[in-house]
Amino acid sequence: MDWTALSVSLRLALLTCLLLVPLGVWLGRALARAHFRGKPLCEALVALPLVLPPTVLGFYLMLSFGRDAPVGALWQRLTGEGLNFTFSGILFASLVANLPFAVQPIQRAFESVPPNLREAAWCSGLSPWQTFLRIELPLVWPGIISALALTFAHTLGEFGVILMVGGAIDGETRTLAIAIYDRVQAFDERGAGIMSATLLLVSFVTIGVVYGLAGRRRWRRG
Amino acid sequence: MAERNANGPADDGTKLVPATGRLEVTVRQAGPIPLDAHFHCDAGELLALVGPSGSGKTTLLRAIAGLMTPREGRIACGDDTWLDIEAKVALSPQQRRAGMVFQDYALFPHLTARQNVMVALGHLAAASRAACAERWLARMHLEGLGERYPWQLSGGQRQRVSLARALAREPRALLLDEPFSAVDQVTRRRLQRELARLREQIRIPIVLVTHDLDEAVALADRLCVLHGGNSLQTGDAETLFRRPASAEVARLLDRHNVFAGQVVEEDGARWLRWGALRLEVAQGLDRLTPGQRVAWYLPDSDVVLHRGDRPARGERENPVLGRITEMVVLGGTTSLALAVEDADATLRFDISTHAARRSGLCRGAAVQVSLLAAGIHLLPDEPPGDTR
Repeated sequence: MDWTALSVSLRLALLTCLLLVPLGVWLGRALARAHFRGKPLCEALVALPLVLPPTVLGFYLMLSFGRDAPVGALWQRLTGEGLNFTFSGILFASLVANLPFAVQPIQRAFESVPPNLREAAWCSGLSPWQTFLRIELPLVWPGIISALALTFAHTLGEFGVILMVGGAIDGETRTLAIAIYDRVQAFDERGAGIMSATLLLVSFVTIGVVYGLAGRRRWRRG
Repeated sequence: MAERNANGPADDGTKLVPATGRLEVTVRQAGPIPLDAHFHCDAGELLALVGPSGSGKTTLLRAIAGLMTPREGRIACGDDTWLDIEAKVALSPQQRRAGMVFQDYALFPHLTARQNVMVALGHLAAASRAACAERWLARMHLEGLGERYPWQLSGGQRQRVSLARALAREPRALLLDEPFSAVDQVTRRRLQRELARLREQIRIPIVLVTHDLDEAVALADRLCVLHGGNSLQTGDAETLFRRPASAEVARLLDRHNVFAGQVVEEDGARWLRWGALRLEVAQGLDRLTPGQRVAWYLPDSDVVLHRGDRPARGERENPVLGRITEMVVLGGTTSLALAVEDADATLRFDISTHAARRSGLCRGAAVQVSLLAAGIHLLPDEPPGDTR
C-alpha cells in the first residue's frame, strides 16, 4: 500500500475542493444571473474540460506551464518554482479539469432560485450580502454539495491530466490513481488491488457523507 | 381564537405601523418598458392600479419599491424622497422601506412562517424578534402555524404570511402585486375582507395592482387606469365609470357605450345628433360649436328600460327604439345588446334577470329605452369612425 500516494491524492482533492467550490459559487451565480452577449461562449469555455480528452487537456496545460509560456513564467517569477512535475502544477491542472464539475451544479441551483426571492429579501431589509448568506446560499446548498462531491470524486480519479502535467514523482505528483497504474505495470496485482479497494472505500465514504449532508433538509420547494 | 377571528386582528384600535405621508409617483421612460405615469396615494388611502396585462402595473410597483429604476421620474413618500433622477437620488429598496407582497408571495422556502417574518424584523433587537413575529402571525390569524414551512401552508395562509412579513418591517408604504390572484374564489373573498379590515388600522399609502375591476372597485378608494405604461385617468370608481376621460378609458373599464354624434342647434337649443335621433344632453354641449362631431359615452346604468305596465323613471328623456340582438343571462344580471336602427349602433347594458323576466324580454323583441340626459358624457376624443 502506497500511503504517500494516498496522501497526495487526498491533499489534491481537498485543496481542489477548497479553492474551486468558492470560485464555482461566484462564477455559477454570475452565469445564472447575468445576461450578456458572450454568455454562451463563457459557458462553453467552462464546459470544455468536460468534453476534451484528458490527455489533450493535459498536453495544453503542460505547454502553458513551461518556463517560456506566460503562465509558467509568471509562476516562476512569483514563487521561483516551475509548474510542470510539481504538486502546484497538478493542483492547477486539477482546478482547470474540475471547473465544469464545480460550476455547473451550482449554476443550475442558482438558476432554480426565483429572482423575486432576492427582491423580497431586499424589501424585507436584508443587504445584498445578508441576502446571499441567509437566502441564496441555503437555497443553492444542494448544488454546492453536488459540486463538492463531483469535484472530490473526480479529482481522486483523475489520471490523464495529472500524468501529462505531473508525471509520477513520489510524494509530489504520484496520486493513488497513478500508483495503481504503476503497480499493474510492475505485475503487482495484489498491491494494485489493495489500493483500488482503498480508493473505492474513500470515494464511497466521501460521497456518502456529502449526500448525507445534502439530505438533511426539512424544507422542500412547494 | 374563533372569537378573535370574528372580531378581526387581536389588537384592535391600535395603529399597527407608524403613520406616514402621501406617496407621490411620477415615472417616465421610453423603453424598454414604456412608462408615463403620474399618481399619488395618501396615507391611509388605497389606490388600485388597474389595466390589462402588460399595461405596466407591476413595473410601476417595482419602481416604487426600488426594484427597478426608471429613466426619468420622482418618487416621494411623506417627507422622504425615494427617487429623483434629476437630483441623482435613488434609494435602495432597503432604504425605502416599502412593504411588498409579491404575486406568488415570494416566501423563503427554507424558512418557517415565523422565520419568514423574522427576516423583516432586522430593525429590532435579535432577542425580541421571535415574539414579535408571533404577534404578527397572530394578527393575520396564523396562530400555531409559525413552525410550518411555506409548502405546508395553503395559498391563503401563504398570502397572510407574506402580508405579515411586509407589515412587520413597519413599512412606509404597502405595495400589493395581484395579492389575490393565486387563491380560489372563497379564499379570495375572505382575504379581501381581511384587507378591508386591516386598512382601518394602518395609516400608510397602500397601492394595489390588480387586473380585476370588481376587486379594485370593492377595495380601493381611487383607481388609476393604466394602458401601455400611461396613467390615463385617476379617480374614484363613480367618476371613472360615469365620466371616463376618454373612449380608451371606457373601453379599459369594460364599458361599451361609446358612440359618435354631432352637435346641432335646433329650436333654440343645443342637441346631440345621433344618426337620425336627436338627444337631449344635460351638460357639456355649450362648450362645443354647432356642427362639431363628437364622441360620447353613456354609462349603462343610465339606459332605462321602459315598462309596458307603468311609466319608468325618466321615460320622457331621449326615448330610443331598439331590437334585442343579444341576451345573455349571467346569474342575477342579464346583459342585453340593443340594435338601434335610427342610429345604426348597438347599445349595451345590464338589467337584473328578474326585471328581464318580468318584462318578458327575448331575442328579437322590440323595446323602448330612455338615455338619461344627465348620463350622456361628451368625450374629448375624435369620434370613432365606426359607430357600432
